[in-house]
Amino acid sequence: MTATLDRTAAPGATKAPGSARVRGPKSPGLGLGLAVLYLSLIVLFPLAAVAWRGVEGGPQAFWSAVTTPDSWAALKLTLGASALVAIINVVMGTVIAWVLVRDRFWGKGVVDALIDLPFALPTIVAGLVLLALYGVTSPLHVNLAYTRAGVVVALLFVTLPFVVRTVQPVLQELDRDMEQAAYSLGAGPGLTFRRIILPNLVPAMVSGAGLAFTRAIAEFGSTVLLSGNLPFQTQVAAVNIFGRIEGDDTASAAAVSTALLVVSFLVLVVLDLLQRWGSRRG
Amino acid sequence: MAIEVRDVSKSFGSTPVLKDVSVDITSGSLTALLGPSGGGKSTLLRVIAGLETPDAGTVTISGVDATRLSPQRRNVGFVFQHYAAFKHMSVFRNVAFGLEIRKRPKAEIRKRVDELLQLVHLEQFRDRYPAQLSGGQRQRMALARALAVEPEVLLLDEPFGALDAQVRKELRTWLRRLHDEVHVTTVFVTHDQEEAMDVSDSIVVLADGQVQQAGTPQQLYDEPASPFVMSFLGPVTRLDGRLVRPHDIDIATSPEPGTVEATVNRIVHLGFEVRVELQARSAAEDPEDVWVQVTRGTAEGLRLRTGDTVHLRAIPSALSLTV
Repeated sequence: MTATLDRTAAPGATKAPGSARVRGPKSPGLGLGLAVLYLSLIVLFPLAAVAWRGVEGGPQAFWSAVTTPDSWAALKLTLGASALVAIINVVMGTVIAWVLVRDRFWGKGVVDALIDLPFALPTIVAGLVLLALYGVTSPLHVNLAYTRAGVVVALLFVTLPFVVRTVQPVLQELDRDMEQAAYSLGAGPGLTFRRIILPNLVPAMVSGAGLAFTRAIAEFGSTVLLSGNLPFQTQVAAVNIFGRIEGDDTASAAAVSTALLVVSFLVLVVLDLLQRWGSRRG
Repeated sequence: MAIEVRDVSKSFGSTPVLKDVSVDITSGSLTALLGPSGGGKSTLLRVIAGLETPDAGTVTISGVDATRLSPQRRNVGFVFQHYAAFKHMSVFRNVAFGLEIRKRPKAEIRKRVDELLQLVHLEQFRDRYPAQLSGGQRQRMALARALAVEPEVLLLDEPFGALDAQVRKELRTWLRRLHDEVHVTTVFVTHDQEEAMDVSDSIVVLADGQVQQAGTPQQLYDEPASPFVMSFLGPVTRLDGRLVRPHDIDIATSPEPGTVEATVNRIVHLGFEVRVELQARSAAEDPEDVWVQVTRGTAEGLRLRTGDTVHLRAIPSALSLTV
């Protein structure tokens, strides 16, 4: 430390040692401590407790709890449906964001406000709405009750805002001159979208899709009514976990929870890596 | 003529931005569209590029009526004030873009892009991303990108407007030299008269959506068509109710026929140039503020002091316009 300081200091430099480093107005200790304490209490300890509870019986017990036929089916359904939902919403969310930013139409403000509604609504209310609309007594004669399609529709509904809200600000900030430059270089609208606009949206789309995916695998309230929770058919992981807790089997409930936790964590890490890789290119 | 603009009008909403504008741009020339902001010069440039559609009038590029052509098909290179760099592409890919979408062979693209990067002195930055370049470097990249497709005309919209004064001067000298090498018909928009006089062969002065005057820099300076053009093309001051260049005024210590009495308010030394600010009292007019530009030698010879009474007269060869 002193050696590096000595080497960099020019002969005759009048600066006091230590003044070379710029300090904030206060020492960073307090803020950092507060943030760590808060995050620990609210996020880290509960997660650690669940993970601990999940694996305390050893890897064998963990694995057998996760691979119990009903849990395994629920996990497969949840991950599959969430992946499908993320893919559909990344396309439709981008389209909606595009329309909201680029097109002018009557009632745009209302539509813009409406996007957040599925997220703002208590999910059980969302479930009720979907049941009324697509249930056995559907006024549209679309009966999705007790089907996997019903699960997907419910997940689509609650995760819609994520992609829209991540892509929208990026699209708003996008330099329109870039597109015009592409036009003047001879590129048509389609080519300009593919080669110029889309690459700039991809990081936001990926991050929105990731949020939608992780939200979907944790979803409970909106799916619980419409899906009917038929084990091996329409029961999602969160409901499966709930069932185990009701059956007083908290250990295996914790194991399935831990499995979900690991998947969410992995997805978030991959997303973060993708973002870093993207931001390096500025 | 490389570009002929005929009776072009354009309004944004109810605000007219161009009113019956006609401009001729000679092949191979370097022309400045000069004027105050809001005068319509950028809009005119964008109409030529096809990025705006005129409400009336025609645009002809190299003898072809381009008024209804899309920007893709006009074969113009356009350089934006804020570079419009493709952020997600390297410098090389930025410059190569126009050639890649024309599906030119890879080897040809590489050769052409490397030549252009050499021309704009960016050959060692070919693999960098725009975010890693300075403003001046980004603008040179944008120029290379526009030149890559061998456009018939090169249009630059305030190309140096976002750069600091030092880089701006360097780049405009460099643009002049580049134009002498490449000879592509070039039109650039600027609000800086010094930049326009320094770089261009001809200047079109645009204000209030109309062409005020067009000609060589010399013509515009020496024979301005209006007080507006005169005051836009260089410093002016008022003496005895007329618009005069401040270096065209003589200061005398004793009254002579035709002189106006004045009091020295302030003397500013700007190195070689000395700026003398005075209050003149002519018989017919109310007292008016005048400033005179003299050399340091002249100022010293006159032994001027603040508060002195002197006598002012426009030199015989002075250009002056009644305001």
